Amino acid sequence: MSEQRAFIDLDDDHRELREPVSALCARYPGEYWREKDRERAYPEEFVQALTDAGFLAALIPERYGGSGLGIGAGAAILEEIHASGCNGGACHAQMYTMGTVLRHGSDQQKETYLPQIASGARRLQAFGVTEPTTGSDTTQLRTTAERRPDGDYTVNGQKVWISRAEHSDLLLLLARTTPAAETKKRTEGLSVFLVELERAVGNGLEIRPIRTMINHATTELFFDDLVIPGSSLIGEEGRGFRYILDGMNAERILIAAECIGDSRWFIEKASAYATERQVFGRPIGANQGVQFPIAEAYAQMEAARLMVQKAAALFDAGRPCGPEANMAKLLAAEASWKAADTCLQTHGGFGFAEEYDVERKFREARLYRVAPISTNLVLAYLGQHVLGMPRSY
Amino acid sequence: MKVLVAVKRTIDPNVKVRVKSDQTGVETANVKMAMNPFCEIAVEEAVRMKEAGSANEVVAVSAGADKAQETLRTALAMGADRAVHIVTEAELQPLAVARLLKVIADEEQPGLVIMGKQAIDDDSNQTGQMLAALLGWPQATFASEIEFKDGTADVTREIDGGLETLNVNLPAVVTTDLRLNEPRYASLPNIMKAKKKPIDRREADALGVDISPRLAIHKVEEPPKREAGIKVADVAELVAKLRDDAKVIG
Repeated sequence: MSEQRAFIDLDDDHRELREPVSALCARYPGEYWREKDRERAYPEEFVQALTDAGFLAALIPERYGGSGLGIGAGAAILEEIHASGCNGGACHAQMYTMGTVLRHGSDQQKETYLPQIASGARRLQAFGVTEPTTGSDTTQLRTTAERRPDGDYTVNGQKVWISRAEHSDLLLLLARTTPAAETKKRTEGLSVFLVELERAVGNGLEIRPIRTMINHATTELFFDDLVIPGSSLIGEEGRGFRYILDGMNAERILIAAECIGDSRWFIEKASAYATERQVFGRPIGANQGVQFPIAEAYAQMEAARLMVQKAAALFDAGRPCGPEANMAKLLAAEASWKAADTCLQTHGGFGFAEEYDVERKFREARLYRVAPISTNLVLAYLGQHVLGMPRSY
Repeated sequence: MKVLVAVKRTIDPNVKVRVKSDQTGVETANVKMAMNPFCEIAVEEAVRMKEAGSANEVVAVSAGADKAQETLRTALAMGADRAVHIVTEAELQPLAVARLLKVIADEEQPGLVIMGKQAIDDDSNQTGQMLAALLGWPQATFASEIEFKDGTADVTREIDGGLETLNVNLPAVVTTDLRLNEPRYASLPNIMKAKKKPIDRREADALGVDISPRLAIHKVEEPPKREAGIKVADVAELVAKLRDDAKVIG
């Protein structure tokens, strides 16, 4: 990657994308999301509309049918989706999971899959890393892919918290191809595969949905002698851990942008309600006990936004951005949680009523302090990798 | 045929409008703005005319401050070929807009001017009619269907009691009603293409027309709060209340 100057354009910030995204989102109002939440149903129509409009293909290079935009543009799209009260969680991975194929896949894999992902003909929005016994200590994962004499691989093991697997055609899978005992470092011997789910399900792969606090379409995967072709290996065997790490910063920045969008939604709702709602003959927002927490949430959101912009600017300049991407995710997730709590408190009892959408967004916002990386792991990264303090793991 | 489509930047229809504390208007600072929904319908119709082959060029025009450019970009992303931005910070009333549009129509010589029947901010519903008068062209307002034949247009209008179809000679001014079409989303590839389409900036002051306001707004207020109703026991009581209390029947 070439070293370029990284800069934040405070005047532009992809404004040309924001109005069209919010215009599309306006067709999916609170009632739409309440119904999906009630039914625990996938927001298929919304995802299709975003796909048809090309927003989920923003980061795919033009030669493969995308728009070839940077992470800053992707962040603007996802921020607007969340600021409009919609939820990108159902499909944001379609935007960035392909990055591993783009950076490390063969020409043939890129020619085959990227145009399909760009058009939405096939969805690649499931990412199989986490396992029941290995959370963030990824190198300990137990799912194995054993190379057969014919060059294919046999996969055995289990994955958990794999979002959108039932609504994805392709799965990016991390599995151990060389036993840890036979490698020099724990990070070696892991490989990445692109699994075609339509062929795998029922032939050694079972997907079981997990009901959760929010409507997030997450699942467990069970691999039982699933045979996948040798051609599904991405890059070199044994180097998968590196490949996966490469994609993490993009994910952190994009999800941080969603948190900024959520914060905007909560703050807008809270300040409107505080201005409107009359108790004791005046608006409740005239009371500093109500007004100040909203103002504070706003300040925290704006501060977090700057870190998201910094991380995105570094990323788009091809510069290292691990600390910034992690801090963006941490600060934005904390800011949206603060905004969510303040919004609920401002609404009092009405905040608990489904028709106000606050309780649903409140539940949804909570996720991002846990996933896709928990707050503690970000702090451990900063403490140990940035500040050089002793390692906890 | 060239189609000129006029668009206006208004408060986003999904935003709850708040009256300014000094009652001079509604709050627009830090409020989300968007293309007026009736204008979106006009752009959509113009783009469909181009796709159907009845138009060969769609030119979008808007008058207003710098930000109007964003609304023009949306029109370009929906499929307009180029845009004209009449730049002014002045408050624009319908007659002023009609005069500015006339200058552009005289220059562009379109076969059709299409625009929203009204803007959702001031609900004037005047600009299209005034423009037709200034140009001396036929007008067909509240269009719910437009069909071209032999240099004329059949325009179906929604009127009280049903539909009316007018046949107008071209060039003409048509204003759009809600049911004419469902506007498309601007897709990402088209948004990117729109960035490269030209927007011609014209200073309103240099167009040689009087755009000074003719109307003065004295006061803007929130609509009165809806009061709780009452239940009546029977028709006789209802009639009595309507006659004696509400005084709406004699």
